[in-house]
Amino acid sequence: MGAEITTLGQVGYRINQYLKMDLFHDKSASESDEDTTDSEESVYSGLEEEPDTSDDEEEKNDDKSDSEDEDNSESDNEESDKENEIDNNTDDKDVNEEDTNTVNVAAKNKYNDKNNTRTTSQTVDDEYYHDSSDEEDIRNTVGNIPMEWYRDYPHIGYDVEGRKLIKPKKGDELDEFLQRMDNPDYWQTVTNKMTGQNVLLTKEDVSLIEGLMLQRTPGGAKETYEPWIDFFTHETMIHPVTNRPADKRSFIPSKYVGQMVHAIKMGWMKRSTDKKEKVDDDEPKYFMLWKDDEENEATRRYRANIPAPKAALPGHVESYNPPPEYLFTKEEEEAWLAQEPEERKINFIPKKYDSLRLVPAYSRFVKERFERCLDLYLCPRQQQTRMNINPEDLIPRLPKPKDLQPFPTQQAIIYKGHTDIVRCISADPTGQWLASGCDDETVKFWEVLTGRCMKTLKVSGTPRCIAWNPNPAICLCLVAVDQNLLVLNPGLGDKVLISNTDSMIQNIETTESAGKSPPLNWTVCEDEQYDEGYRFILSHPKEITHVSWHGKGDYFASVMPKADSKAVLIHQLSKQRSQNPFSKPKGLVQCVYFHPVRPFLFVATQRYIRVYNLLKQELTKKLMTSCRWVSSMSIHSGGDNLVIGSYDCKLTWFDLDLSTKPYQTLRHHKKAIRQVSFHKRYPLFASASDDGTVIVCHGMVYNDLLQNPLIVPVKVLHGHKITKDLGVIDCEFHPTQPWVFSSGADGTIRFRGLLEVPQPTDVSSLTLPASCYGTCCISRGLLEVPQPTDVSTLTLPASCYGTCCISRGLLEVPQPTDVSSLTLPASCYGTCCISRGLLEVPQPTDVSSLTLPASCYGTCCISRGLLEVPQPTDVSTLPFLLFIMVHAAAA
Amino acid sequence: MFATTYQENVKEKPQTKPNKPTKPDANVICWVEGITQCAPPAADPYEFKSASPSPQLPFDLQPPTPLSLFYESGSATAYISRNQAIKKLQLNLADFRRLCILKGIYPHEPRHKKRVGKGSTAPKTYYFAKDINYISHEPIIHKFREFKRIQGKSKIVYISHEPIIHKFREFKHFVRRLKKAINKRNTDAANRIRANKPKYKLDHIVKERYPSFIDALRDVDDCLSMCFLFATFPKTAHTSYDFILLSRRLTVEFMHYVIASRSLRKVFISIKGIYYQAEVMGQTISWVVPHKLGYDHPTEVDYKIMQTFTEFYTTLLGFVNYKLYTDFNLHYPPKLELEDQNSTTKVNAEFREQHEERLAALSQSLQTLHAGSEEEEIEMDEFPSENTDDPDRIEQVKVEAEKLKKLQNLFKGLKFYLSREVPRETLVFLIRSFGGEVSWCNTVCVGATYSEDDETITHQIVDRTEMPNQYLSRYYIQPQWVFDCINSRQLLPVEDYFIGAVLPPHLSPFVEEEEGDYVPPERKSQLTGQAATDSGVEVVSDEEESDDEQEVDNNDDDDDEKNENQEEEDESEGNYLHQFNNAILKKQNNIL
Repeated sequence: MGAEITTLGQVGYRINQYLKMDLFHDKSASESDEDTTDSEESVYSGLEEEPDTSDDEEEKNDDKSDSEDEDNSESDNEESDKENEIDNNTDDKDVNEEDTNTVNVAAKNKYNDKNNTRTTSQTVDDEYYHDSSDEEDIRNTVGNIPMEWYRDYPHIGYDVEGRKLIKPKKGDELDEFLQRMDNPDYWQTVTNKMTGQNVLLTKEDVSLIEGLMLQRTPGGAKETYEPWIDFFTHETMIHPVTNRPADKRSFIPSKYVGQMVHAIKMGWMKRSTDKKEKVDDDEPKYFMLWKDDEENEATRRYRANIPAPKAALPGHVESYNPPPEYLFTKEEEEAWLAQEPEERKINFIPKKYDSLRLVPAYSRFVKERFERCLDLYLCPRQQQTRMNINPEDLIPRLPKPKDLQPFPTQQAIIYKGHTDIVRCISADPTGQWLASGCDDETVKFWEVLTGRCMKTLKVSGTPRCIAWNPNPAICLCLVAVDQNLLVLNPGLGDKVLISNTDSMIQNIETTESAGKSPPLNWTVCEDEQYDEGYRFILSHPKEITHVSWHGKGDYFASVMPKADSKAVLIHQLSKQRSQNPFSKPKGLVQCVYFHPVRPFLFVATQRYIRVYNLLKQELTKKLMTSCRWVSSMSIHSGGDNLVIGSYDCKLTWFDLDLSTKPYQTLRHHKKAIRQVSFHKRYPLFASASDDGTVIVCHGMVYNDLLQNPLIVPVKVLHGHKITKDLGVIDCEFHPTQPWVFSSGADGTIRFRGLLEVPQPTDVSSLTLPASCYGTCCISRGLLEVPQPTDVSTLTLPASCYGTCCISRGLLEVPQPTDVSSLTLPASCYGTCCISRGLLEVPQPTDVSSLTLPASCYGTCCISRGLLEVPQPTDVSTLPFLLFIMVHAAAA
Repeated sequence: MFATTYQENVKEKPQTKPNKPTKPDANVICWVEGITQCAPPAADPYEFKSASPSPQLPFDLQPPTPLSLFYESGSATAYISRNQAIKKLQLNLADFRRLCILKGIYPHEPRHKKRVGKGSTAPKTYYFAKDINYISHEPIIHKFREFKRIQGKSKIVYISHEPIIHKFREFKHFVRRLKKAINKRNTDAANRIRANKPKYKLDHIVKERYPSFIDALRDVDDCLSMCFLFATFPKTAHTSYDFILLSRRLTVEFMHYVIASRSLRKVFISIKGIYYQAEVMGQTISWVVPHKLGYDHPTEVDYKIMQTFTEFYTTLLGFVNYKLYTDFNLHYPPKLELEDQNSTTKVNAEFREQHEERLAALSQSLQTLHAGSEEEEIEMDEFPSENTDDPDRIEQVKVEAEKLKKLQNLFKGLKFYLSREVPRETLVFLIRSFGGEVSWCNTVCVGATYSEDDETITHQIVDRTEMPNQYLSRYYIQPQWVFDCINSRQLLPVEDYFIGAVLPPHLSPFVEEEEGDYVPPERKSQLTGQAATDSGVEVVSDEEESDDEQEVDNNDDDDDEKNENQEEEDESEGNYLHQFNNAILKKQNNIL
C-alpha cells in the first residue's frame, strides 16, 4: 500500500503540475466545447479581445470572478461525476481507480476551500485578468522554484501586491485520515503546491487525467479529425493572408532546374530513381584478361622491364623450432642488439617454441611488408649482365706436372774440391765441361758427367765471373779475376778444337786504330802462362764483376761498376779490340748481356734495365724493375723475355712485347736472389738464393703473341749448406740437357738431373747391367773397381770402365784411328774416343741408323744433338741400354 | 609517427631519396641479384658502347671529345630525375607515387651518374625518360579533356593522356566538391556528389604490365603475401573495409584453386608467419601468411602506400584467379559442390554471407564446369627413349612425375580431426591440398563434415599438453607432423609427434645446400631418409612386381607348355652342335 501511495503521490504531483499549466486551457477547452471559434482565439490571441460568441453569464458578469465559472464547471463536474459513476459501475471495479476516486473526493473538499481564498484575492485586483501573460499563475509570484524552500516558513510566497501568502492550515495525520474516511470527494482533491491549497478536481479534470494516463486524446476532444481549412492555399486568393510582396525568384525560372532538366533530356544526368538500379555495381568484375598472350599493339609500352627480385625465402634460422645451434648465445644476442638495424645479418632474433600454439604474432610483419613495398617502388634497379663464366675457368689451369717435364729433380753429382765460396760456374757449349771459380783463388775445370776435376788453375785474385765461349767451334773461357780479365784456353775436350782455337788466336791481326786510344790493352800471354792456358790478359782500371759473351762468340762485354763512364766495355776477340760504348755513367751497372739474336745490349743497373740498340746507338727501352737492387739478369733464348733477380727476394719476369713493367713477380725465395738463369733449349729457368735453395721454374714462351708466357714454379732444390749467411751463389743450366748446376758458399758444386739411380756400392750388387753404372758410379767411387792398368787386367766387362778410366788415363788404350782397328770392344772407346775425334764415326741422325753398338755413340752424340732421343723419365721405360748410360750418368 | 617523417623525407627531396642512394652500391647489388642475363638496355646505347675497353693511346693521340655531344644525347637524355618527371606530368608527389605504384614504374640506377646528372653527382632518383613519356602518351588521347595551366606569362597547354592521371584529378575534384558541400552543410548536394563518386578501374594496367599470363604469375608472389596480410586486418581508420573483404575473398579463392589443382609443394612455419610454396603452371609461387593472432597496429607504416599496392594487387589477383579457374574448368565465382545450381542466382545478402563463410571453411570442393570430364588424363604416347639425345632424362622425368603424384596424394585415405586449438584454416588447406579428409568441431567453424566420435578418424591433430579421453583407433599428434610430412614428401613416423613429445626441429624446405655450407645434422638424416625412401619406392614397386609375378606365374604354367615345345626344337639344334664339337675333337686328336 505504501508504495502505491507514493505512486499516487507522484500522480498527484503530476496532476498538480498539469493543473498549474492547464487550468486555463481547461477553461478554454470547456469553452471550446461550446464554441469552435474559441480555438481560433487561442491561436490568434490578438483576436481574443473581441469574443464573438461567449457565455451569456460571462458577458453579464464581466467583473465577476471565476467563481461562477468554477460553479459552472462545478455543475459540469457534477454531471461528469454522474457519468463517472456510471462508468465506474459499468467498468470493472479496478482497485486503483477506486483509490484515485477516494483521493479525488478528498481533493474536492479542499478545492472548495481554495476557491474561497481565490475569490478573495482576485476580487481585490482584477486588472491583470485579461493580461496577455494569463498563462502564468499569478496568485503566487515566487515563480517556478522548488517549494521546499518555503517549507520552514509560515508563508508560501507573495502575491502580486507583495503580501505574504500564508500557508493554509494543514491538519495532522488524524485529520488526513478523517478526511479520507469522511470526505467523499477526497479522491478528487489535490493540493496546489503554489498556494498550498486543496483543489477539488472537476469531472473534466479527472477525465482528462484518465485520458492522459490511457494515452488518449487529452481533454476528450470529440472531433479528432476536424475539417482542414486551407489558409495558405496555392490558389490565388482575392484577399491574401499576408501582405508580403512576392519574391523575385518566384517569377524567374530557376537556372539550375533548367540545366538539370536539359541534362536529363540529353541523358547526361539520371534521375535518382534510375540510379538505384546501379547500386550493386560496386563489386569489381573480373573477366578473361589474357585471352591471348599477345600484347596489344596500342598499349605496348617501351619495355626494358626489370622484374623485381623475389623476396628471399627463409632458412632454418627462421623456423619456430630451429635446430639448437641456430639459436643465439648471450654474446651473439648482445652483439645483435648493439648493431645498427641495417648492419644486421638477420632482422630477427631466432627463437625456439616447444609447440605451435605458443608462437606469438610477429610484431614486425606489417612493417616488413611495408618495407618490401618501399623497395618495389623506390629502390632503383639496374641491369647487370652477369658473367656466364664458370668460376673454375677463371683460375689459370695448372698444367700437369707431366707436361712440364723435363726438369731437374734429383741431385746426381756433387763436385767437391773447392775449399771456399764457389763464386761462379760456367758450362761449355757442348756440355761436357764445367768451369768454376772459387774464393781460394783457383779455377777448376770439371768433367760434367763424371764429376772429375780435370784441371785446376791457380789465379792471382778472386775469380768473380767465368764465361765459356758459346761458340762450340772455339774453346775459350773468360775469367774475371779482380782487375784482370783472363782469356783462357782450358785445353779440354776435342784436341782438334783446341788446336784450331790456338791457331785462330795466333792468326789475329791487330789493327791499331790511329785516332782514338783504346780504353785498354790486350796483353798476349807467352811461355809459362801460355802453357797453363792463358791466351790474353785484359787489365782493367777497376774491379771486374761480370763478363758475358755475345751469342756468336766474337764479342764479349765486361762490367766494372765503379768505373763510372767506363763501366761497360765491349771487346772484340777477332780484332783484339776494346771499346767503350757509353760516354756517360749510367749508374751502378750490375750486369750486361747481349741479345741472343739482334744487336741489342741489356744493361742492368741498380733499378732499371736499359736496352740499347748497338747499331743505331740509342736507347730503345727502359724497364722499370720495381726492385730495390737488381742482382742478376738472364735473357730468354728468344730475346723477348727476361728474368731479373733482386736482392729484395723478388724474381721478376719481363715480357718486352707486353710492357716495360713486370709481367709477373715471384716471391718464393726468402732471402736475396744471387743468380737467375734461363735454359737455352728447354722452357726452364732457375734462381739461386741465399736461403740455400735453387728454385726451378717452368717458363714457357709461346710463339703465339696473344698467349702470355706460362710461368710455373716446379721444383725447389735443397742441398747447399748456408755458410757465412750465404747460400747458393751461382747457378747455370746444362746447355743441352735439362740439368742444372749450382755453386754454393759451402764450397761444393751440385749437379741435378732427372733420374735417381740406385747407388750400388759393390760390383756384385749391380742390378742393372754393369755398363749402365759405368762411368759415373765408378768415378764417384761408389763402385770399387780394381784399378786396371792394362786392358788385359779388366775384371768387369770392358765397357764398365768406359770413358772415365780411359779419359783419366788409367787405361792405356791403343789409340784407334778407324773403327776397323779397334782392339777392344767398340764400347770401350765409347764417348771419349769418338768425342776426341780419334774414332771417325759416321754421324748418325737417328737411332735406327747406328752402325756401331749404340753405347758407342753414347753421351757425346746425344749431347751434341746428333741423336734425337726421347727424354726418359723412369728407369723402367728406357728403350736402350744407351739411354740408361746417359741418364744414369746424368742422374 | 613514421608517416610524418616519411612525408618530410619526401618533401626535402634532393638530399633524401631516403636511404637508398646514400648506399647505392649495396642497394643496386641487392636488387641486381636474381636478375639473369639480359641484353644491355637499348635505352642507353651511348653507355653501352663506352663499356667496351678502348685501346690505350698516348694522351696526345686521343681523339678530342666532341663537345657538342655533351648532355644532348645518350644517358643525359635517357634518364629523367624525379622532380623533372613530376613537373612534366603536373602532378604532386603523392599522386606521382600512386601512379608509379599502379603503373609499376620504378627508378633506375644509371651506370654513369655524372653523365646523367649533367656533371653533378648529387644523389638523385632517376627514372627512364621513356617510362615517363609513356605515362603521358597513350593513344586514348581524345577521351580526355585538356588540362590547362598558366605558368608565369606563357600559357602552357598540357595534355595528359593517361586515364589514371585523369582519374586522379577527377577524384581530387570530387573530394574538393564534397568537402565544400559538407562544410556548407548542404546535405543534398553532398549526397548527390557522393553518389557520383568517380570510379576507375585498373584492368588495362594489369594487361599492360603483364602482357602474358605467365608474366603475371611470375610477379604474383608479393601480391599474394600482401592480400593475405590485408585479409587479416581489422577494420580501422587506416584500412578500407572494402579492400579487406575483397582480399579475403580473393585469397580464399586462390586457396581453393591450390587445393583443387593440388599444386602446393612446400610449407614452413617460421616465427614470422607460415610460408607456402606452390607450383602453378610451371611457376614457383611462394607467399607468407601471418600467424592469425591479435593485430598490433604498427606505427611506422604508411597505410596509404600499402593500400595503393593492395588496390592494384586485388585487381591482379582477381584476374589471375579468373584465368586459373577457367583454365582448370571451375566456375569462376566459385560454387561449392553441394550447393544448388539455382540458389546461387539469388542475390541475397544473407545467402551470400553464408556462401562466403562456407567457402572460407575450405572443406568442400568446387563445382567443375563440365561434370563429366573430370579425372580424365590424357596419356602421352611413349616414344622410344633411344632416339632422344639423353635417354636417361626421360626416365628421370618419369620418375619425377611419379614422385610428384605420390606427393599430391600424400594424405589420401587419411582422416583427420582438428582440435579447436590448432590453426584450422592452415591445416585444412594443407591436408586437403594433399588429398586428406579433414573435419573439426562444428562450433569452431561451419563446414565440419564429421564429428569427433567418428571411429574412422585416423589422426587427430592436437596441440595441448594432455588429452583425457582418447580413442585407441587414432593417433593424437601435434600439428608439426603435417608440415614435416609434406616437406619430406613421405609420411613420417608419428611417435616423435605425440602429445607432450619433444618435437624434432622444424627445418626450412627452401634451403638448398651447396658445397661448403653448414648442414644441420637433422637435415642430413632427412636427406639420407629421403634417399632411403626413394629406394623404398623401388621396393614397393618390387613388391608390386612380385604380386604381378604371382599372377604371371599362373600364366607361366600355360607358357611352360609352349616353352617345352620350343625346347624340343632347341634340343634338335643342340644335338647338331654336339656332333660338330665331337668332330673338332677328333681332328685335334688326329693332329696330336
